[in-house]
Amino acid sequence: MERGNILEVKDLHATINDIEILKGVNLSIKPGEIHAIMGPNGSGKSTFSKVLAGHPSYKVTSGEIYYKEENIYDLEPDARAHKGIFLAFQYPVEIPGVNNEDFLRLAYNSKQKALNKAEVDPIEFLEVISEKLKIVNLDPTFLYRNVNEGFSGGEKKRNEILQFAVLDSDLGILDETDSGLDIDALRIISDAINKLMTANKSVILITHYKRLLEYIKPDYIHVMRNGKIIKTADASLADLLEEKGYEWLE
Amino acid sequence: MTKSENNIKNLVNQPYKYGFSTTIDTESIPAGLNEDVIRLISQKKKEPVFMLEFRLRAFKKWKQMNCPDWSQLSVPALDYQKIVYYSAPKKKKTLESLDEIDPELKRTFDKLGISLNEQKRLANVAVDVVFDSVSITTTFKDELAKSGVIFCSISEAIVNYPKLIKKFLGSVVPVSDNFFAALNSCAFTDGSFCYIPKNVHCPLELSTYFRINNQESGQFERTLIVAEENSYVSYLEGCTAPQYDTNQLHAAIVELIAFKNAEIKYSTVQNWYAGDKNGKGGIFNFVTKRGLCVEPNSKISWTQVETGSAITWKYPSCILVGENTKGEFYSIALTNNYQQADTGTKMIHIGANTKSHIISKGISTGFSKNSYRGLVKIGLNAFNSRNFSQCDSLLIGNKSQANTFPYIQVNNSTAKIEHEASTSKIGEEQIFYFLQRGINMEEAITLIISGFCREVFTELPMEFAVEADKLLGLKLEGSVG
Repeated sequence: MERGNILEVKDLHATINDIEILKGVNLSIKPGEIHAIMGPNGSGKSTFSKVLAGHPSYKVTSGEIYYKEENIYDLEPDARAHKGIFLAFQYPVEIPGVNNEDFLRLAYNSKQKALNKAEVDPIEFLEVISEKLKIVNLDPTFLYRNVNEGFSGGEKKRNEILQFAVLDSDLGILDETDSGLDIDALRIISDAINKLMTANKSVILITHYKRLLEYIKPDYIHVMRNGKIIKTADASLADLLEEKGYEWLE
Repeated sequence: MTKSENNIKNLVNQPYKYGFSTTIDTESIPAGLNEDVIRLISQKKKEPVFMLEFRLRAFKKWKQMNCPDWSQLSVPALDYQKIVYYSAPKKKKTLESLDEIDPELKRTFDKLGISLNEQKRLANVAVDVVFDSVSITTTFKDELAKSGVIFCSISEAIVNYPKLIKKFLGSVVPVSDNFFAALNSCAFTDGSFCYIPKNVHCPLELSTYFRINNQESGQFERTLIVAEENSYVSYLEGCTAPQYDTNQLHAAIVELIAFKNAEIKYSTVQNWYAGDKNGKGGIFNFVTKRGLCVEPNSKISWTQVETGSAITWKYPSCILVGENTKGEFYSIALTNNYQQADTGTKMIHIGANTKSHIISKGISTGFSKNSYRGLVKIGLNAFNSRNFSQCDSLLIGNKSQANTFPYIQVNNSTAKIEHEASTSKIGEEQIFYFLQRGINMEEAITLIISGFCREVFTELPMEFAVEADKLLGLKLEGSVG
């Protein structure tokens, strides 16, 4: 295991319902880096993101995941979240009757508690959150709506990034955060992600489109196909993929 | 079963916390029901003759009736001759003050969190406490009397206010209304009576707490609330029972009558013992609740949180006779293990411009069956009447059932009726979303359920909303596996 990596994935194999989806993924990410993962539908990108977050439906059959040099195989999803792994969902879940502010505060306080830090009351939380709202350009009234209920596609995605900001996670895995966004929303979200980046944070962008990568410059682009990363290159790879598709990589 | 399904299962299978029983000297009439038993009950309660006649009339009807079988419930055949119809804690003399209550009884209610001591009361709530067949005590009677409100056990009312009882008892639910109503009408032993005079806004929340202790006894209580012109009352009923492996019958009747501009708000938090995880034991809760908005601009509102009982069969209803009257029904029914609930409401629109509003939330988990059954009936003269119904079901796990049976009968073309229904499932994805945000399973489920029930919680009086939220929490509380 290489020292100083925020994430190191070694020959990772994972199944769902006994069908193997990940067939030996290798990936190393250093703090401060942005990695994009592209690839055709069904190549295992979303599965990879869920396995990193510890989704109970997927089974790791072999290989290792080290997060900040710790093997996280035995960690439950909530414990992984407390340590700083954040997954922005491709399809954020609606929670009827639960307002966004309560949900965010509960998430925030759960992490505070896990880190032995003081939990905040609603008024203190308002201070925490109002700064973060500005980053994603959302109105405070947004907090008093039910979580994702009746949100537009763009609002749902912005809400995911808001949560990423509130939880101040070190590793953000953003699963198709750009899909279904218009140009303006894409710009807002990209700006927000750029603003959130620090020397200690890393981001994995899972995307189908080069468009997002024009706003957020990745350090590396990986192409995933059939459960493996088959190509890794710098940001210029995006242009080649746009031009030639994925077939030429075979 | 996946891990998270297992976790959910552990979470909803918490032991019943009120399952202890009290050892106390009781005075019972041997099991069985016949004219002699009815005469004996009536005599023990020193009832006037009209009451005995009322009971005997009901008994005659009951003998000719059969247990209804139209519900979505599997009810085992009950032997009505094996039930004890009268069981009361023995008392040596008439109670002069609370200090004379059997300390064992006091301890029982302390354990249940119901203080019989007025000093330690819930803020602004007067309580009538019913143990098996009889009322133990009613708090704050004097304070209420100052504003003219009568709040006492129905037994006292029968003796002290026979005119009111004669006039109103059975006027909303006739003795022959249904099998269980007839049974109650001949055998009821206690319950509460509230009378709110004209122009009085009842200064306290009124509440009755029902406890079944005796293993063989049934509880047949009777509640009657009369709200005269321009009056208001908010009333809450709470229930628990010890854990026995036999079933006990609870067949109650509640009658509400609201006159011109009056409003009655009736809330129930029902937590009878529901049986064990294999479905053994538990209370059969067969209840007839009905309100009559007899004069214009009156309003009756039912709110219920149903978490207990092996079987629940209950349809709090409103008969909207006066013009501009309003009926409301807000319900949460949570079933687990092998519990069955068939519950809902009837809104009978008779007068013009009458309105009704129904919100029903069913949560089913384990192997339970949870049905909403509701009737909205618009009569010939109910011009411009309106109804809105919303029935939502939430399923946890994949062995439980949710059904919705809306019956709508419209006899006036100016009426407007809306019905919405939804079924959702707490799925793995929803739980995973919470977990990924660092929120543990227990808090996730509590939050999902309390969000699902929010619209109904807001209808409960403040003190009880907290209690109800806690109760649902208790039912779902537990360690994450």
